[in-house]
Amino acid sequence: MIEPEAMLTIFLATALLIVVTIILALYRATLGPEVYNRVAAVNVIGTKTIVLLVIIGYIFERPLFFDISLLYALLNFIGTLAFAKYLERGEVWSS
Amino acid sequence: MVELIETILLAVVVLSLAAGVFFMLAGAIGLLRLPDFYTRLHATGKCDTLGEVLIIFGLLLYHIYYYSPGAELSVQLVPVKLLFLICFIFFANPTATHAIMKAAYNTGVKPWKKGDRRM
Amino acid sequence: MGEKSSAKSGKGFGIFVTFCAMFLFWLLLSGMLDAIHVGAGIICSAIIAFVSHDLLVTQKWDKMLRKSGKFIIYVVWELWQILLANFDVAYRVLHPKMPIDPSIIEFDTSLRSDLAIVTLANSITLTPGTITINIDQEKGRFQVHAIAQKPADALLVDKTMQQKVAKVFMEE
Repeated sequence: MIEPEAMLTIFLATALLIVVTIILALYRATLGPEVYNRVAAVNVIGTKTIVLLVIIGYIFERPLFFDISLLYALLNFIGTLAFAKYLERGEVWSS
Repeated sequence: MVELIETILLAVVVLSLAAGVFFMLAGAIGLLRLPDFYTRLHATGKCDTLGEVLIIFGLLLYHIYYYSPGAELSVQLVPVKLLFLICFIFFANPTATHAIMKAAYNTGVKPWKKGDRRM
Repeated sequence: MGEKSSAKSGKGFGIFVTFCAMFLFWLLLSGMLDAIHVGAGIICSAIIAFVSHDLLVTQKWDKMLRKSGKFIIYVVWELWQILLANFDVAYRVLHPKMPIDPSIIEFDTSLRSDLAIVTLANSITLTPGTITINIDQEKGRFQVHAIAQKPADALLVDKTMQQKVAKVFMEE
């Protein structure tokens, strides 16, 4: 039987490793040769943040964080789509 | 018997968390190591999707076992939200990857061929 | 006359189904059952159902149910493929020499409906070594970026995935 405190340590380690992957992606986002590399890296950081928010919700035992992560998922997806459209056509909304 | 089920469940939770972190690390290393934009999206589009889904799945199992019995309704409904999140990631992540890739291809970003210089 | 009235009842049915789905979603997300929350949920889902009912219900109900049964079987196969894809990418990334040989391939399919094309495109992106770039919906032409020769052959020669998607959506 594992105590809940031990599970909290495991969650904390997972969250820290996700932060490490975010830092690795941040390298690509700042130094990436062109704008597309940066957009891809920012999208990756956003999707990793969703998981990070869920884990933080378990570490602090606040169910509110799950609603935030749902919203963040929607916003990140729409933001990436809008950015891709903008880069492709030079405008977001074409009539 | 109860203890055996508990041990197996916790092992599944820890395994899925570890596998998710492994795939996410592989995706991040791919984002740094691979030579050009298109191949980098191969690493992130696949590894991140499965890594995130595995981590959320592990947390979902943990929640069902530890928090759900005898809790109030808004806490018991959290697994449903996490399930929505999993479905959404499975649909949204490949679509976002495809959108960025299409934008890059249509504006003339050259794909890397074997033997070219790193970009 | 008869055709018109049936179309009208179809619209009412679409609004009703959308309203039920939206309201269920509201209840699941809020988890509060007092009068204010439920009343606000009813109003919001009625507005959304009235505005966007034609997005959710586009076909006859029994046909959609039969398709979703086959779709679940397809999703199980797809999950296995996703696992293979991840090990494939992790191997290619972590291998010291990086065995990659990217190329862009094109192929035609007979699929035409929106949902079938979206499913095929997302499946191609998630399965080993390939990502969809461009889709021409009228010709059914896909442009795919493959990371090596072997996954490209799997799409061009074997065509297992195209057949499976076509079987799910029963396009002839």
